[in-house]
This record gives sequence, C-alpha cells and structure tokens, in this order.
Amino acid sequence: MPAAWLVTAVLGADLMSVWHRAEVSTDEPKGNQWRRYLRVFRTFAANSLVRDMTFRANFVIESLSSLGWTAMNVGFYLIIFQYTNSIGEDTGWDQERFFLFLATTWFINSIVQAFFMPNAQEFSELIRTGGLDFALLKPIDTQFLISFRRVSWSSLANFFAGIVIATIALWRLATREVDPHVPTVLSAALYVLFCGCGVAIMYSLMISLSATSIWLGRNQTLYNFWFYITNFSRYPMEIYNRGWGVPLYGFFTFVVPVLVVVNVPARLLAKPIDPRTSEEWMLIGWALLATAMSVWASRQVFRRALVSYRSASS
Amino acid sequence: MSVTNWNAAPSPPFDDTGFGGWRHRFSVWRRVFSTALSERLVYRGDFALGTLMRFLPIVTQIFLWWAVFDAISDQPVAPDASGEESGGVAAEAEIGEFSFPDIVAYYLLTMIARAFSSMPGLASGIALQIREGEIKRYLIQPIDLIGFLLLNRIAHKIAYYVIAFLPFALVFYLCRDYFEGGFPPTHQFIAFLGSLVMGFLIGFFLEAAIGMIGFWFLEVSSLLFLYMLFSFFLSGHMFPLTLLPGPVETVVQFLPLKYLAYFPAAVFLGKVPDEELPTEMLIQAAWLTFFIIVCRIAYARGVARYSGFGG
Repeated sequence: MPAAWLVTAVLGADLMSVWHRAEVSTDEPKGNQWRRYLRVFRTFAANSLVRDMTFRANFVIESLSSLGWTAMNVGFYLIIFQYTNSIGEDTGWDQERFFLFLATTWFINSIVQAFFMPNAQEFSELIRTGGLDFALLKPIDTQFLISFRRVSWSSLANFFAGIVIATIALWRLATREVDPHVPTVLSAALYVLFCGCGVAIMYSLMISLSATSIWLGRNQTLYNFWFYITNFSRYPMEIYNRGWGVPLYGFFTFVVPVLVVVNVPARLLAKPIDPRTSEEWMLIGWALLATAMSVWASRQVFRRALVSYRSASS
Repeated sequence: MSVTNWNAAPSPPFDDTGFGGWRHRFSVWRRVFSTALSERLVYRGDFALGTLMRFLPIVTQIFLWWAVFDAISDQPVAPDASGEESGGVAAEAEIGEFSFPDIVAYYLLTMIARAFSSMPGLASGIALQIREGEIKRYLIQPIDLIGFLLLNRIAHKIAYYVIAFLPFALVFYLCRDYFEGGFPPTHQFIAFLGSLVMGFLIGFFLEAAIGMIGFWFLEVSSLLFLYMLFSFFLSGHMFPLTLLPGPVETVVQFLPLKYLAYFPAAVFLGKVPDEELPTEMLIQAAWLTFFIIVCRIAYARGVARYSGFGG
C-alpha cells in the first residue's frame, strides 16, 4: 500500500510540477500566489479523496473504527458522570459542559488527524528514504508541500461525531432546569476562531517534532511523545493546577501551550462570556499570542532542519 | 502446488519421542530464544525511554480522577449511606469499590499486566507472513510456527522486563503512597504472578488466533484495530471494570479480556475475595486452554487451506 501511494504521489507531483513550470513566474502578485496555493491544496485534497474512494471498504471500516473509539470515550465519561456531578470541585465542568469540551477536543483532533497526521508521518519516511529530494525540487514552498500533501478523509468521521456530541450537549445545556446556558453569537464566533488557533498550535507541534527526524534519522519515540503530550490537552486545565501538577500546568500552558488548545475555545462556548476574571481574558489573549509564536517557531525549526538535510544515499 | 502435504505428518526425521529428540528440541529452542533475546537488547536505550514515556498518560488519568474524587467527596452524602460510618471519620469516597489511591494503584498495576499481555505486532506479523508467503518456511522446516513465535515472544518480553525494570521501579517507588493496602499477602502475590503469566499466554494465543484469520481474509489490520479498541475498553485498561453499570459488568466479567489487564491488578489490590480466588484462577486457566486449542485448530485448518506458489 505505501508503495502504491508513493507512486501516485510522485507521479501526481511530477505532473503538478510540469504544470507549475508552465505558469510560475517570479513577479506574480501576492493574490495570485494565494490562489495558486489554494488550487494546489484543492488538487491534493481531490487526489486523496480519489485514493480513499479506491479502497472504499477500507474507508468505511476506518471511519467506523474511529467512531467506535469515540463511542468508547463517550461511554467512559458517561460512567464517570454516573458517580460525580462535575470534573473537579467548583470548576463548573458539569456533564453537559464537559461534553462540549469533549466535542471541542474531537473537532480539533479530527482536523489535525485528517490534514496533518498523514503528512507528518510521510515526512519522516521521506527523510529516511531520501524522497525529500523530490519535494525540495518542486517550485512551491516545501513546508506547504510537506504539510498538505495528503488528506485522510476518513478521519473526518470524528468531526461529525463531534458535531453530534456538541449538538446534544448544547441542547441539554440550553434546556436544563438548573443553570441553563445558551451561547451568544459572539461566543460562537470566538469559538470557531480559537478552534482554528488550537489546530494551528497542534500543527506547529507536530511539524516541529517530525522535522527533528532530520537530525535523529528516525523517531518513533517522538511520535508517541506527540500523543502523550497532546493527551494533556484533553481535560479541563484546572485539574492540573494543584499539588505537583502546578509545574506541569505552567509548562503545558506557557512553554508547550497544549493546554490552551482545547480549553480556551471550549470555555468560550460552554461558559457565559460576561462574568470573566481578568485572568481568563489574559488566558484568551495568551492563546492568540501562543498561536502566533508556535507557528513562527515551527517555521524556524522546519527551516533549520532542512538546512541540515543531507539526503539519503541511494 | 499445494504445500499442505508437507505438514501432514509433522514428525521430524529424527526420533521425536526418545531422549535424543527432546535434547535436540531443547537445543533448537535455546538457540531461537537466545537469538531473539540478543536481537531485542540492541535497542535498549530507545526501550528504556519509551517505557518511561508510557507512564505519561497515567499522569493525566491521576489528575482526572483526583478532580473526580474531589467533586464526589464534596457532594452531599447519599441518603441510603449509613450515617454512623460515613459521618465520623472523613470517609474516603469510593466508586465501584475503588478509592482514589486504589484507582491510581490500579492504573499502575495495569501497566504491569499490559507489559505481560500485550503482543504488539503478533497478529499483524502472522497475517503478513501468510500474505507474503513466508509461512511456507514453517511448513517445510521441522519447526512449529506457534512454538517458534512463542519462544520469540518470551525472549522479547524478558528483554523488555530487564530493561523496563528500572523505569517501572522508579515510578512505583515514587507512587508508593497510593498503595494503601501495602504489599499483598503471599498467597495473593503468588496468584498475582500466576495471573500475569497466564495473562501473557492468553494474550499470545488470542492474538495468534486472530492472526490466523489471515488464512481466510488477506487483510486483517482493520479487524485487528477493532479488537484493540474493544480490548482497551473491556480489558479494564481504560478504567476498573467494577465501575461499569451492574448488568454490563456481569457480562464483561464473563469475557476473557479482563485477564489482560483488570484481573491481575484486582488480585494485587485484594479486590478479589480470597474464597473466590481459586475459582477465578481456574476459570482463567480454562480460558487459556480454550485459546490454545482455538489457535491450534485455526492453524491446522488454515494450513490445510493454504496454497503456496513460487519460491
């Protein structure tokens, strides 16, 4: 299977480069540049869809098994809420709100898994096999090419699962008797914005980690590391802010900002916008700043890594 | 050409029953074992680091349950809880017979159980060998596929324990306070060890049997993923099975998957009453026998179906 994919990728990319050579000119206006990247991405997405549809049974099974994973998580949290009213004392994360949190995790993770995960995996492989040479030769930004080549459409099944969870949770939150809550248009808009920020932070982390495989040759452990780190983002951040969790809380908020990824958007949607402490507003501001810094840092790491790339001898 | 008849009589050309046959067999086993062991020890650095990292998800679990138990002990006591007992001393909240320290200890112990019962790459490896035709080797050479894989797996596991011992010891030492019951009495500890070893064998034969499905369907990876999902949930790796609602728990307790994670941990923590322990161990042994037989039958049937072409 990987071999078949590589053939299509190389052939497809080669055709694409012929096409680029015909139309690339150095003094292109900025707008055209953007449109060109968008068009290339659309081609990538369409190619991936064709590929996914070639193995349709596999596609269905993959979607079903990720839905199974979702169902198990939902089951797990339903069991927890059999015994408790909220995650943590006075944190306000009761069942409905926590399920909104869960849906947010699902949105962000499914987008990352659909658009970036297959590419990051491919990237390490390209480095190991020397296939990165071909990517470097293409008349397009290498990080763009590496990051968006493949779309794993079946991972979007979880996005729909997220929509279902969010709808039910929002409905129950709005109609319940005790402390009902309906998000405003503003909070919904901010929610979308900060989900985007979360995706950007996750992307930066992933591309930086996979870029390090240029130095390390092969980094299976680093991949596990990615899973373990992002594991922290799956729960309300308040739960870490105690005892020996405080250093973790600080580290994963300010150094590797995975805690703001889900927490900030989920809180904007699940809790009223108005009575907020200045600390909470600062956290929201920090999420914006952290996004910008993460993207910038990942760009630097990627460039640095490319400079050290020596190709694999064939 | 079908190579089935090669395996029709699995008797090597030497005297299999006499002393010489057994000595020969042991020397083959020893060779297989020591090769696999040294192969494994090559990657020890990566191993030790990977082992430590595997404890990271537990950290998030600890904080999750810490928060949950905080919220529970904050809740008003349920009216049916007898006032005298829970009112006096700050009664530790329990869910499904597990207090907060118990749950943390439970997660740590399931790490040990999984270190025994998890078989990464076993089923997919067998399926791959069937698909690529490598399985022919075992049909022609006087060596048994299942036995060979088992020896390999034992060697891998032993290499793993040697290297993983320090990270495990470190984590358990740091978390010693969560083991409120202290070290279990000897008979429980022996039962714990026994359940671990049987858990290893159940894991092996169960996954090998799944790999044998590759004789019938060439692609088993999606099936395998499904199995892994279920086993994660139903083996008790995700949470103690006693937290499940009553009827569901009864069903899940009947399944063999609990021996892969839940059961050894429950034995260590004394959650299995002493009088039920022997019966439970016997049931586990019965499941083990069952999977050995299933695996053998699947292999024999599969080989009968299998056709190998080319070289």
